[in-house]
Amino acid sequence: MTNIGWNWWGWNIILDLREMLQLEFVRNAFEAGTIIAILAGIVSYLVVLRRSSFAAHALGHVGFSGAAGAVLFGVAPIYGLLLFTTVSGSGIALLGQKASHRDVEIGTVLAFMLGLGLLFLAFYNGFATEAYSILFGEIVGISNAQVLFTLETSLPVFLVLGLVYRQLLFASLDEEVAEAKGMHTLVLGLIFMLALAVAISIAVTIIGVLLIFALTVTPAAIAIRLAKRPLYAMLIAVAVALFATWAGIFIAFYEVEPTSFFIVTIVFIIYVVVRSLPYLVRLKLWFARLLSRSSTRPGRSSTHPLPEPPRPDAPEPAAGSELM
Amino acid sequence: MPIEIARADHLEVRYRDRVVWSDANFRIHRGEFVAVIGPNGAGKTTLFRLLLGLIRPSGGTLRVFDEPPRRGNSRIGYVPQSHVVDKDTNVQADQLVRLGFSGNRWIPNLTPAMFRREREAAETALRSVGAIELGKKSLGAMSGGELQRIFLAEALAGNPEILLLDEPLASLDIRRAKELVEQVHDLVRTRKVATLLVAHDINPLIHCLDKVIYIANGRVATGLPSEVLTTDSLTALYGVDVEVLHDSRGNLVIVGGEDSHRDPDS
Repeated sequence: MTNIGWNWWGWNIILDLREMLQLEFVRNAFEAGTIIAILAGIVSYLVVLRRSSFAAHALGHVGFSGAAGAVLFGVAPIYGLLLFTTVSGSGIALLGQKASHRDVEIGTVLAFMLGLGLLFLAFYNGFATEAYSILFGEIVGISNAQVLFTLETSLPVFLVLGLVYRQLLFASLDEEVAEAKGMHTLVLGLIFMLALAVAISIAVTIIGVLLIFALTVTPAAIAIRLAKRPLYAMLIAVAVALFATWAGIFIAFYEVEPTSFFIVTIVFIIYVVVRSLPYLVRLKLWFARLLSRSSTRPGRSSTHPLPEPPRPDAPEPAAGSELM
Repeated sequence: MPIEIARADHLEVRYRDRVVWSDANFRIHRGEFVAVIGPNGAGKTTLFRLLLGLIRPSGGTLRVFDEPPRRGNSRIGYVPQSHVVDKDTNVQADQLVRLGFSGNRWIPNLTPAMFRREREAAETALRSVGAIELGKKSLGAMSGGELQRIFLAEALAGNPEILLLDEPLASLDIRRAKELVEQVHDLVRTRKVATLLVAHDINPLIHCLDKVIYIANGRVATGLPSEVLTTDSLTALYGVDVEVLHDSRGNLVIVGGEDSHRDPDS
């Protein structure tokens, strides 16, 4: 981000924040970032539950050519993003759940879409900077109107998601029973994909199409390791997305590196810590045993090899493990 | 006279213009335990899809609660075949059972009373399958037998009058299969819920059945186990010589029928 006078943030975060929020572009960044993080956090839980992370990745790429096309025609990139992601999201939803497993077909279409986006940008003069901001996000330039637009597009999505939340949860967890109960699983899948398309389109402004995973998938991947109740997991996912976005904008204000780098890094660090929690717990137990061993029988630890630390993922009984 | 829950008269069903089976006639009454038996691909699941209103019969009549079957009938509880949960689905089991109670509703729970009703329904359902202690366990960490009990509770949470269980014994060893059958039998008696259970093997069920629907070779035979599972009746059904052998404990083996069926899915 642009460096304007301050070199490093001080110890008084409140004071720093007050200074920062004097500036309109920082206020706009925080406001847009907040809306995006809440929507992305909620949607990410559904993405993980429905195992649609590849679709999330795909929509980001498709969005690239949409944004590039919009730039070529002199329209704001967000319109191109919304158009391309909602159309292809609907396509994926209408092909059914099995479509999310057709990696090869989707991947082939994706490569073509990226190429198309490249072509659009090649026709355009400001090629490099536009491509860069679509690929990696550019949060400093957000105007008041853009914040308002972000709010206007995400409010209906929040409303619809609140309305279909239970049905969508049921259809995601247990599609066959949901269908037998008379739910329209195809329509629910479509609603989910449209919500994902909107979340991705507005998230591209701050994080870019290439880093979209960090806000639309990883927060929930973290949350499902911490909570077994959907509502709590969703709240944790939102909290992670919010924290990363806020902290990313805050740090980027004082540093020259781009905001999206900080957001992605914070999400990644939380993910690594949460993933290694079970290992850390077992490692702690192992160390405790090691210490008690060496203190009771001091001579033995040097002559006898210690037991291997147990692998935390090994002893979990799998579903269907008692087959036959 | 017991209350009639479902009846079929000269029922016929097709799959892509080919007759799966035809001329099925049966009555199912309240509180009956019915086994649906037959070789792979004979059309057992098709019968469930008809009852659930997911497909339409191509001939004859089928009535459920004295009306044509309709999709989304809340009086039917259903556990699909090969119902598996991904290993990394870290969702605690009672959440799924709760969805079985109110998952088809619009609008999330808003008042404490809504939360309480849902929790109580889930607890009752879990308790009635002896799985109350599994409520907080993660679905992904469950064994096949535990999962089947959770799915059963999920189906029961809506307080159904018919229970359709598609191959619930398929992934269980003999001891677990017997436990599950006893659990289901108990439900049939105490809750008076009519239960149709699809199975490959009749033996774990034979002691508690009220009725058998035997589907093979495009035909359907129904009646008491002692009427249907005989050499004569199965020979007539398959159209080739089939023999039913009994052992000293009442188990039976059907010899000769396995090779002669047509597979409608192939």
